[in-house]
Amino acid sequence: MDAIILQILNGLDKGSAYALIALGLTLIFGTLGVVNFAHGALFMIGAFCAVTLQRILSISFETVDPTKTDFLGNPSTVDTPYIVHWFGPEVGGGIIDWSVPLAILFAIPIMIAIGFIMERGLIKHFYKRPHADQILVTFGLAIVLQEVIKYYYGANPIQTGAPEVFRGSFDFGVLLGFDPNVIIYPYWRLVYFAFAALIIGAVFAFLQFTTFGMVVRAGMADRETVGLLGINIDKRFTIMFGLAAAVAGLAGVMYAPINAPNYHMGMDFLVLSFVVVVVGGMGSLPGAVLAGFLLGILESFASMTQVIDLIPGINQIIIYVVAIIVLLARPRGLMGRKGVMEE
Amino acid sequence: MFGLDKKDTTLLLIVFVLTMCAPFLLNPFPGNSAMAQFNAGYPDLMQRFVIYGIFAIGFNILFGLTGYLSFGHAAFLGVGSYSAVWMFKLLSMNVLPAVILSVIIAGLFALVIGFISLRRSGIYFSILTLAFAQMSFALAYSVLTPITNGETGLQLSLNDPRILGESVSASGGIPFPSLFGLDMRATHVMELGPWMFQFSAGYYFCAVLMLLAFYLAIRIFRSPFGLMLRAVKSNQQRMNYTGLNVRPYTLAAFVISGMYAGLAGGLLAAMDPLAGAERMQWTASGEVVLMTILGGAGTLIGPVLGAGFIKYFENIFSKINDTVLHQWFAFMPDGIEDLLVTVIHPFVGKGWHLTLGLMFMAVVIFLPGGLVQGGQKIGNLFRRKPAADHTTSAAKTPAE
Amino acid sequence: MGILEVKDVNKRFGGLQALGNVNLSVADNTVHAIIGPNGAGKSTLLNCLVGKLIPDTGSVMFAGQSVLGLKPYQINQMGISRVFQTPEIFGDLTVMENMMIPCLAKRDGPFRMHAIRSVFGEKKLRERAEEMLTEVKMLDKRDMHAASMSRGDKRRLEMAMCLVQEPRLLLLDEPTAGMARHDTNNTIDLLKDIKARGNITMCIIEHDMHVVFSLADRITVLAQGTPLVEDTPEKIKGHPKVREAYLGETA
Repeated sequence: MDAIILQILNGLDKGSAYALIALGLTLIFGTLGVVNFAHGALFMIGAFCAVTLQRILSISFETVDPTKTDFLGNPSTVDTPYIVHWFGPEVGGGIIDWSVPLAILFAIPIMIAIGFIMERGLIKHFYKRPHADQILVTFGLAIVLQEVIKYYYGANPIQTGAPEVFRGSFDFGVLLGFDPNVIIYPYWRLVYFAFAALIIGAVFAFLQFTTFGMVVRAGMADRETVGLLGINIDKRFTIMFGLAAAVAGLAGVMYAPINAPNYHMGMDFLVLSFVVVVVGGMGSLPGAVLAGFLLGILESFASMTQVIDLIPGINQIIIYVVAIIVLLARPRGLMGRKGVMEE
Repeated sequence: MFGLDKKDTTLLLIVFVLTMCAPFLLNPFPGNSAMAQFNAGYPDLMQRFVIYGIFAIGFNILFGLTGYLSFGHAAFLGVGSYSAVWMFKLLSMNVLPAVILSVIIAGLFALVIGFISLRRSGIYFSILTLAFAQMSFALAYSVLTPITNGETGLQLSLNDPRILGESVSASGGIPFPSLFGLDMRATHVMELGPWMFQFSAGYYFCAVLMLLAFYLAIRIFRSPFGLMLRAVKSNQQRMNYTGLNVRPYTLAAFVISGMYAGLAGGLLAAMDPLAGAERMQWTASGEVVLMTILGGAGTLIGPVLGAGFIKYFENIFSKINDTVLHQWFAFMPDGIEDLLVTVIHPFVGKGWHLTLGLMFMAVVIFLPGGLVQGGQKIGNLFRRKPAADHTTSAAKTPAE
Repeated sequence: MGILEVKDVNKRFGGLQALGNVNLSVADNTVHAIIGPNGAGKSTLLNCLVGKLIPDTGSVMFAGQSVLGLKPYQINQMGISRVFQTPEIFGDLTVMENMMIPCLAKRDGPFRMHAIRSVFGEKKLRERAEEMLTEVKMLDKRDMHAASMSRGDKRRLEMAMCLVQEPRLLLLDEPTAGMARHDTNNTIDLLKDIKARGNITMCIIEHDMHVVFSLADRITVLAQGTPLVEDTPEKIKGHPKVREAYLGETA
């Protein structure tokens, strides 16, 4: 029992990331009909927004500390971040410590801007081209974005810490009446799950309760008819692209402390997120979220030692196996409508 | 000639001459000149040109003709490499049985994956092939370690049985792959003044196989079977109502292209007898897609051009560093020199992938027909001028 | 016993009864027209004949064999060809290549790996294809890209592709829809020629009464998924029920 709960919890954070990326992919596919291979790159850029903000906040000046000397006998220098200098060690240090959550604010405008530029500058011209062309051009874009990040940030993962208060772990077992130290769960992962739930809720609420969202949903169901009503659907779809980019970016920002950002993390997640979208059902938003969590949890169950002893290597391939079975048995996915992208 | 029409025969002969004379053609700059770094006439690099050429030719039979975009072709490349290395370990160091086994095993593997994946089309097919390839990659890394030797990769050792050959060579080391005694590493060096041309047995072995593969591809393109594959891309509905069963055609194309990939994988192992799982990763599948599109999908020569182009860039462009750039622009005033170097720096050396990505995007956006289409466009530009006074004949051709 | 026998065919889409107890017998070497207002179930019936849809109940026999449950390509190989409402051709290929495909399908069956021989070496088939192109007056367009042709040419090409297979039954789904009067007359003449040569049965769905009455030997009127009457063109013209259900509409 405790093992099962632990695995479910372990699956939640990866599942959250899958769900958030898959949600954005589905939004773009559902509204614009474009298969976006660069979506993983947006996730990665989000994570690097966190890295960037942390670096900006830590910009320091050098002072000579006369009280200490280094091993050569020279007075040693001390780096003091400007932030600490201006606001004092309490507030300034706090700001640096909280740079990852603060990066949310920093990332939103950047991601929306990137989304707008991508849609207006590139994707727009590919609406009428075959899906293969869309895949290819966004694949090219993904390579470019990845290489740009690699150029500026290097090839190595960059450790980006969560705020001090969330660094510990939380004994979940005690809460549920198990023995202590049975179910240990890092705080930040809980934060990530809560954050993902919040974002998913916000996106659904936005689509459900605003006029804008209603038009977009109608457009996803039947683009031509909505166009005939005289509603400028294209402009709304551009905004949706920005929104999807922001969702992917925020997923990346908050994921930075869980997995040190590196330039190829986007591609790693993209392949799996595509599988998630297909399993959930191309064009179905609840399907994407459901499949994201489902596959995340399934993956973590498959990583249990008992399971691996039974079927070696299953943890590596479980998601693909599920995807292959789903695609063959139920091509429209768990919650997809019939006929989406089927010939 | 060879059952081809005049145009195809010419194309085949051109490719033949180019591959046979590659050691000269790819070494145009004297060894002591500053441009020598652009020479590509090394056995190692030339082998990769033709091997990846084979890979791309095969991929093009599937993607170029039927329009089915596979994102998992590297799996067959990897399977081919593993098969060849096992043949070296168990049977002998002769490359021929190794390469034959690679083709057979990759073909069988493609038959299984294709049988399942081809039940879907479009993006679903792409994702299914991607899933299978990633699965193979993950398995090769973990559970299948007894067969693949996991992260380290499969290598030869002195303890291998090699029942028809020798476990240990005369000099006490691991023997090298050979073709009936002709060492694949044997290289004849010809020095002509400052030029140094290298003729490697391995390269010529690969080149002959590439020519065969290319010739076979031409025959397939021009055959009734090839016509059916193009029909698959054009209109499956009409095919069905014309009494044609689409699936065996696509499956046959998939298996053939898988066998090409297996051949390429086997040759990679024959030139350098080791095989690693990273050869199966989806980035490698993406690479062959890039080659084919960049050169021109659906054209005969496109994939070969694309493969050569990308491999050349990978090896030569990535060697250009700041020192080299400074040498080039040394004739400029210092300020401009530094500026130029700074501007170009991200695109060369380690950044050549960035150039590749940009070029690839440009090709997809502006030249969906790839380099071949680009060449045709340029050719038309030159042809149009003398034809300008024949306006009447031009007007007769129907406008599209 | 006709070459095509449709017995008690029913087809439902959810709550909609698209076909209700359809019985139809098409005699060999005749032209049989199926007319009826929009939504009468004409296209559904056609789709049941070629294997695109499977009827819920009933039987469809072609030349004494059941076609139910067979795939479209199998039904075609039995000798049924179909012309679509919007021309279905191989747009990426040239006219000649378009013609070669049905020729090859007729000779080699649903699948055959002729991977080595050149298409240009198939002399007999090429001659056959060229003959057919001459017949539909398209030989001069043989090297044109099929997608770049006019709609009328695409239709003629599609018809030529069906005819070159020498089908025993040719199904035509509104072969003159959207055509100018001149093209319509050409099509009528072409179909008359084909009919005159004999050994072919045609089943036409058509809205244009001019076409129907110039070609048909027998006419079935379909309304709301059920055959209303079946008779010769002369009788149909004067039939009160038909006037009410269909001709009244077009007048």
